[in-house]
Amino acid sequence: MDTILKSENIVKKYHNHLALNDVSIRVPTQCIYGLLGPNGAGKTSLIRIINQITAPDAGKIIFNGKEITPADTDKIGYLPEEKGLYKKMRVGELSLYLAQLKGLSKAEAMKRLKNWFEKFEMTSWWNKKVEELSKGMQQKVQFVVTVLHEPPLLILDEPFSGFDPINANLIKEEIFRLKAQGTTIVLSTHNMSSVEELCDQIALINNSKKIMEGAVRDIRKTYRTNVYEIAFSGSAIAFANALWTNFEIITKNDEEGVNKVRVKLLNNKTVNDLLQAIIPAVNVLALNEVVPSMNDIFISKVKETELTLSSNLTE
Amino acid sequence: MNKIFLIIRREYWERVRKPSFIVMTLLGPILMAAVFVVPVWIAMQDKSKHIVLVVDESGITDFKKMAAYNQIEKYDYVNMSEPEALTQFPKSDYTIMLWIPKNIVSKGQINLYYKKSAGLILEERLRTNVEQLFYQKSLEDNNIDLKKIESFKPRYKLVTQKLDEKTGKAVKTSTQVSTAIGLGGAIIMYMFIFLYGAQVMRGVMEEKTSRIVEVIVSSVKPFQLMMGKIVGVAMVGLTQFVLWIILTAVFVSIAQATVFKGMDNIPVQNNPMQMMHQGANVTQMNNEAAQLQKQMSNLPEIYNDIMNRNYFLIIGTFVFYFLGGYLLYSALFAAIGSAVDSEADTQQFMFPVTIPIILSFVVATSVIEDPEGPLAFWFSIIPFTSPVVMMVRVPFVNPGWELALSMIMLVLGFIFTTWLAARIYRVGILMYGKKVTWRELGKWLFYKR
Repeated sequence: MDTILKSENIVKKYHNHLALNDVSIRVPTQCIYGLLGPNGAGKTSLIRIINQITAPDAGKIIFNGKEITPADTDKIGYLPEEKGLYKKMRVGELSLYLAQLKGLSKAEAMKRLKNWFEKFEMTSWWNKKVEELSKGMQQKVQFVVTVLHEPPLLILDEPFSGFDPINANLIKEEIFRLKAQGTTIVLSTHNMSSVEELCDQIALINNSKKIMEGAVRDIRKTYRTNVYEIAFSGSAIAFANALWTNFEIITKNDEEGVNKVRVKLLNNKTVNDLLQAIIPAVNVLALNEVVPSMNDIFISKVKETELTLSSNLTE
Repeated sequence: MNKIFLIIRREYWERVRKPSFIVMTLLGPILMAAVFVVPVWIAMQDKSKHIVLVVDESGITDFKKMAAYNQIEKYDYVNMSEPEALTQFPKSDYTIMLWIPKNIVSKGQINLYYKKSAGLILEERLRTNVEQLFYQKSLEDNNIDLKKIESFKPRYKLVTQKLDEKTGKAVKTSTQVSTAIGLGGAIIMYMFIFLYGAQVMRGVMEEKTSRIVEVIVSSVKPFQLMMGKIVGVAMVGLTQFVLWIILTAVFVSIAQATVFKGMDNIPVQNNPMQMMHQGANVTQMNNEAAQLQKQMSNLPEIYNDIMNRNYFLIIGTFVFYFLGGYLLYSALFAAIGSAVDSEADTQQFMFPVTIPIILSFVVATSVIEDPEGPLAFWFSIIPFTSPVVMMVRVPFVNPGWELALSMIMLVLGFIFTTWLAARIYRVGILMYGKKVTWRELGKWLFYKR
């Protein structure tokens, strides 16, 4: 897989605190890359460095195989977390202005804006002042302006905040479409369900450090717990008796005559072994692997680092 | 670079199209023209007329010689006692009653009763009028020739000329004209720097608080954004200045063609000629008349002086010092705007920045008295005060090495403040929710980008 963006050992200090501590990430081309982390972890600092808004104290950013230069800003689209526009300007003029700042000619910007405004049903907003639009509408304008110059790299910081579900879905579809066309998208978010839905790759940043990086699929595999949920009808006692050794029952509940039990496989036992043990005893209705959600992984990982941090401090 | 041009263009167009800009551009010259036109117009208006009853108990001199003023419709003269007059006066049509007591010489007092106030100037005129009549009478009684006394009184006029140090050519200048041009320039300079500097500050704050700044600095460098705004607003200022000059000229000439038309026929208040015809050819009035005539005879010279001024130099220096002073201050204003989160927080930073501008204006008023003294020199070299102070000096002084030095200092000054401001700005625009102190600003100067 090609790599569009790399950060190499980035360090950023603000005068009495370390915002980024030796952070290296690798963003493969044409993927959706989730940048995760609690508030104040250093995500925005990293994004600003990639956008060349601020410079790192150490380390470098490699974009398309070369160290990033100011000319590359036209190849990046950036939607910051705190979204805002010139309130007194007219939507059309403002969109043209921002598009031209990203290097588009006026005619080209006009043509593309027309398409996007039609697609998003925003044509009637063209001559309105920004302040006349609702917050969600303004964000829609801002999204369009961010992607208008068709940059190979898009950096979206909390792109869904402030949108109603319909528009959030519209944006989601656009993100998928852009990815299909070859765009790489770096997505910074707290919304774990959207990470699971969208991201191919993630990096988890906590306390100025990267604590995890990789493909979502691989990460989840690593965090497999060998726990399965079995739904069955029949005697729960018979079920428990059948799982004598090599299995551990974690939770049990009874829902309208259907038992749901979570079982952990021990001693290299397989699902087949599990089934062989319970089929004689009960009537199996369903069996699923219990996969940890990204949310669980996120929280456990953050807690883990904080524990090591505090234990390091006490030593 | 192309992108900074885009920023300049946006800043310029957004401001020039604002209704407030259009209103100010039209209103400015009207106000300026009004400064010239309104006093004349007011003077031309008919004042409320008074009918004056002169009650003379003294009988010493002939009060029928009271001078005519166009505020006074007529005088009537009676001889009766004060209590009697006081019972008559309220019922009469007279608006003013002047009572001259029997023992005026020893008492030294005249009483003026009024139903309708005469106003300060007319009161004073009536007083001196009575005084002069008595003076004249005393002279006549002692056989002293008034005309002879008058002829002994010397009258000289002072002609000021500026001697060019190199060519040795003398040019007649009027200090009044120089003062007017200098002060006028200084006031406009002061206003412009404040007005447009504050616009830059508000613009920066708008970008910061609306958070659009982060989008823009992902396309251009913060320095480009700051300079684009500063230059854009400067062009708005120049546009307004040029429009003001043009429109003022237009309005003044319209006013001349309409309001002032036929002004020659209108009797000037306190017309000296009229007074003399009335026979009140007394010293005081002669003095007034003489002074007025002097001024009148000066008018062509003043007019010539106004016309012969080196406006190329004056407007040229104005534009230079406006740009220099504006760049110097607006950079600081931009830095302030970037450092704060709301208008209320600007106060603590505004104060030290505005002090030099206000100081320069205070200094300017004393520079008029001594335009080539050390105070004038030093304050017109220091970049923070030179734009305003130099405007006062330009009409008095020859442009020479002082002007050149002052200009170089100003350029160095704004390069320095711009550098300083840029370092604060790039940190400030991305810093939210922090109560910024002077110490903090000092630290920002040494941040790496």
